[in-house]
Amino acid sequence: MAEAFKFELVSPERLLVSEEVAQVVVPGSEGQFTMLKGHAPFMTTMRPGVIEVTGQSGTVSRIFVRGGFADASPAGLTVLAEMAVPVQDLKAEQIAREIKNAEEDVADAGSDETKRVAQEKLDQLREVQAALGAPAAH
Amino acid sequence: MPSLKSLRNRIASVKATQKITKAMQMVAAAKLRRAQLAAEAARPYAERMSTVLANLGQAFEGKPDAPALLAGNGKSDVHLLVVCTAERGLCGAFNSSIARLARDHANRLLAEGKTVKILCVGRKGAESLKRLFGDKIIEVIELKGIRQIGFGEAQMVARKVLELYGAGQFDVATLFFSQFRSVILQIPTAQRLIPAEIPKDAAPAASGGAIYEVEPSEEEILGDLLPRNVAVQVFKALLENAASEQGARMSAMDSATRNAGEMIKKLTTNYNRTRQAQITKELIEIISGAEAV
Repeated sequence: MAEAFKFELVSPERLLVSEEVAQVVVPGSEGQFTMLKGHAPFMTTMRPGVIEVTGQSGTVSRIFVRGGFADASPAGLTVLAEMAVPVQDLKAEQIAREIKNAEEDVADAGSDETKRVAQEKLDQLREVQAALGAPAAH
Repeated sequence: MPSLKSLRNRIASVKATQKITKAMQMVAAAKLRRAQLAAEAARPYAERMSTVLANLGQAFEGKPDAPALLAGNGKSDVHLLVVCTAERGLCGAFNSSIARLARDHANRLLAEGKTVKILCVGRKGAESLKRLFGDKIIEVIELKGIRQIGFGEAQMVARKVLELYGAGQFDVATLFFSQFRSVILQIPTAQRLIPAEIPKDAAPAASGGAIYEVEPSEEEILGDLLPRNVAVQVFKALLENAASEQGARMSAMDSATRNAGEMIKKLTTNYNRTRQAQITKELIEIISGAEAV
């Protein structure tokens, strides 16, 4: 069993999670990473995706996050998310709406650079939808 | 002397007013609880945000390539005042004290020869500033019909501010709102929004001087974080404002209810005196009539 560390997940509206956990998987913008106790100080932006939190008893909870930062310090891991919804509360239409917004962003994008960024975000959201769609099907 | 009928009517109308103010007070009390909870729930995010900002900000201190949102663009000629007030009145001095603070600030800046632009969030502030600074108000954002202020509204305001900043419309932005201390105490506050104010006490000892590894890069993270910080600050201001407004309305309506009660008491005494005087007068007329026979 891994050692526990402090994990906090906050969205602008409220503090969602604040507890001792064993392991957290975070979708960083440069790639997914797993945080265990004693991780080097590290900060990254996040892409839309699912955070997987493994509690001390081994229970896994999954939370969908969009936009924000993960800040790993010796004190623990703090995730600041613009939007955070536990996966079991996440509705298919919510993701669909996000995707629709992203599609519009791609269509509206003025320069190639903004278009590329918007397209990336759209692809990531589609991935999330595919990942979530699979377990919901059976 | 007023007639009995007119006194009765006045008492009835004051009673009706008292019922309304009493109801408004109770509504405000219920809303206040909700607004307070929302304000408290939003606090952790803002706190963590300033910690992260302080962490990253140190790295850029004094460097010439610091992002404009953090260090400013080196000028302070054009000031933008973002004045957040309520949509509705009947809440004591709440709206006027924010407007007064903004007005004094604007007058001081004008005296220094700076240019002032005003962005109003909330109808009431726009109404009271229109008379003096009508030509300086560039936009009024109304948040009418929104029951619970969400992050979306704050983002909308922040986006507008950032757009203006991006277009070089102003150099320094200041946010005006009312800080909620208690039901009877709300403090109108001015806070610098752009360039970002990094709270000195927020600098954490937690990192212990350890070298942060940053992905993708410090510039990119700050570029993402600073605009978000603007939205968070606006969000915090709006929530504080919402709680303050309800608190101010509650105490204003409480004293209005009390005043109405006093007025009813006075009018009732007056009514009874008048009634008794009339009875006495009628009796005297009857008795003296009987004696004369």
